Amino acid sequence: MGLILQQTVFYAFSAILLFSAAMVVLSINPVRAVLFLVLAFFCACILWMLLQAEFLALVLIFVYIGAVMTLFLFVIMMLNLDIGPPRKGWLPYLPLAVLVLGLFIIAAVSALKPEYFDPDVYQVVTQPENYSNTKALGAVLYTEYVYPFELAAVLLLVAIISAICLAFRGKRPGGKAQRISEQLVVRRKDRVSLINMPSEKK
Amino acid sequence: MNFEIPNFALALPEIFVLTMACAILLIDLFIPKHAKTLTYLLAQITLLGAAILTFQQYGHPGSVTTFNGMFVLNNLAIVLKLFIYLSAFASFLYARSYLPKTKIPYGEYFVLGLFSVLGMMVIVSAHNFIVLFLGLELFSLPIYAMVALRRDEGICVEAAIKYFVTGAIATGTLLYGLSMLYGATGSMDITRVSEVIMQSSLSDELILVFGLVFAVVGMVFKLGAVPFHMWVPDVYEGAPTPVVLFLGTTAKIAALGLLFRLLVDGLQPLSVQWQDLLIIVAVLSMALGNLAAIVQSNIKRMLAYSSIAHMGYMALGLVTATPQGYGAALFYMITYAIMTLGAFGVVAIMNNAGCEASKVSDLRGLNSRNPWLALMMLLVMFSMAGIPPIVGFMAKLSILEALIGVHLVWLAAIALFFAVIGAYYYIRVVKVMYFEEPEDATPIKYPVDMQIAISLSGVGLLVLGIVPGALFTLCQAVFGATPY
Repeated sequence: MGLILQQTVFYAFSAILLFSAAMVVLSINPVRAVLFLVLAFFCACILWMLLQAEFLALVLIFVYIGAVMTLFLFVIMMLNLDIGPPRKGWLPYLPLAVLVLGLFIIAAVSALKPEYFDPDVYQVVTQPENYSNTKALGAVLYTEYVYPFELAAVLLLVAIISAICLAFRGKRPGGKAQRISEQLVVRRKDRVSLINMPSEKK
Repeated sequence: MNFEIPNFALALPEIFVLTMACAILLIDLFIPKHAKTLTYLLAQITLLGAAILTFQQYGHPGSVTTFNGMFVLNNLAIVLKLFIYLSAFASFLYARSYLPKTKIPYGEYFVLGLFSVLGMMVIVSAHNFIVLFLGLELFSLPIYAMVALRRDEGICVEAAIKYFVTGAIATGTLLYGLSMLYGATGSMDITRVSEVIMQSSLSDELILVFGLVFAVVGMVFKLGAVPFHMWVPDVYEGAPTPVVLFLGTTAKIAALGLLFRLLVDGLQPLSVQWQDLLIIVAVLSMALGNLAAIVQSNIKRMLAYSSIAHMGYMALGLVTATPQGYGAALFYMITYAIMTLGAFGVVAIMNNAGCEASKVSDLRGLNSRNPWLALMMLLVMFSMAGIPPIVGFMAKLSILEALIGVHLVWLAAIALFFAVIGAYYYIRVVKVMYFEEPEDATPIKYPVDMQIAISLSGVGLLVLGIVPGALFTLCQAVFGATPY
């Protein structure tokens, strides 16, 4: 009974995952594409839950959906992209794409035979009740995997540097940046001038 | 659980480069605009320091691993690292006076370059799929940005976008292949993967081959060989010349390191399968590279196609799947890096002197404008064509020797055939330089450091060609091969 339920959940969410992943590429409206990406991440999160990797599943929701995708959505909405009419001229590429995809599917189906993924061989790992996924990850992340962990950190640093290099265009004239030194040396007489006006009579 | 404190001493050069790159990033902010040369000097000192640290590690036979078996140090890694520093040093040198002219900031350029060097060091010392992949990303990401640094030039941005998109797909392909290999073997440790494949029964092979094909596609892309070569001419043409120097030499050495780590260390039991793949890659690369280079009028594009052809020759060394062949491939790659430093060095020098150097015809009468520069270009071109006594001949010879050693004479014959075709366009450059009249006869002047660099690469090619023994023996020795 439990297995059937698990399988139902797995196939249902895998199907939604595939559908939404395809829609990310196919939808013309970028906002919809991002929303489909959110859906794809959510389905992947459910699949991880099935493997009892609840920490990774929740991090996927918090970080990817909660932060990254939201940011993405903001950027796309702010850019206010012109969607325009559907792209034409993709038809000539279709035969090649179908051919490549067909070859890939044939290769994949013939190579990835079910016996490599036999459920009897690859049993789903079940953990005892008080098992902490987070603790287990933490224990290996900073010990066994400390080297790739540090490398990933450097990779993020490089990504920041590259992004800033490409986006930063130096100080532009007429920019609205604060000039603190000028603000500090300001005197009252620079900003406030008293005008002597005769009082008016009603 | 038991946790062994890693042996940090083995990774000292990596730690040094990382620390210095971060420090330079900060120091650069406090250096006034007129003294930015300091940033350049610091970057070069970093490379020199790393070279000294790496050199001290040389000598121990066999491999040592640390970081829970994720990091490996052996003589192969040390030799590759030393030549990565050397080519990075030279490409930084040509960048020094080029960057201010194109308004590329020093700080960002050299810091990104150093991080890329760090990624390459990680790759050549990788002993685990995760580390291999992270190293690959760390080495590619800064290069994408470096190609795009001249944002206002349409051609640079176009090159960067092409390189980035195709590169991302290739990385994804490699990752997909690695995940298949992991699924089939149940391990990401390179030695362990190799052991599991050796023990596994034949029925497991198909999934391994499936993974192998995707992994090879990703690596061949990084190498820039046919059929994953489309980005090479566009990127070489569009990117700033110092960046081309960097990605045409340093990055290629690192890509060879990647091939050695994955195919030789990890998937040697599958060598029968990857030999076939590499034969196709090598023959197609030699054919397309040499034939397409003939019709190029743009010198950077010509050199790009020539690089594709050279990657084909280099892959032939791997095809043999013998230590002699690997040694020959390493020797070929190192000498090819020196040739590229020379060829693009001349282009960089001419750009620097304010001369146009985009067409082959712009080299017209170089001999009367600067005889020494023309002589160096002549040495480089003859070396690329494989004319004795310059080292390119020795490199090709050692590849052919290794091929004949494993009875692949027909491949050697094809290689020879395309080498003859290739000689045409190299010699055309020499003809243009020596036997045609210049349009603009102003002599070319260039700074002393470039003079030294170009002379070293030109004369180095000649000297290595006459006495190749030491380098050749070194390349063979790191694979434990006995020289012929």
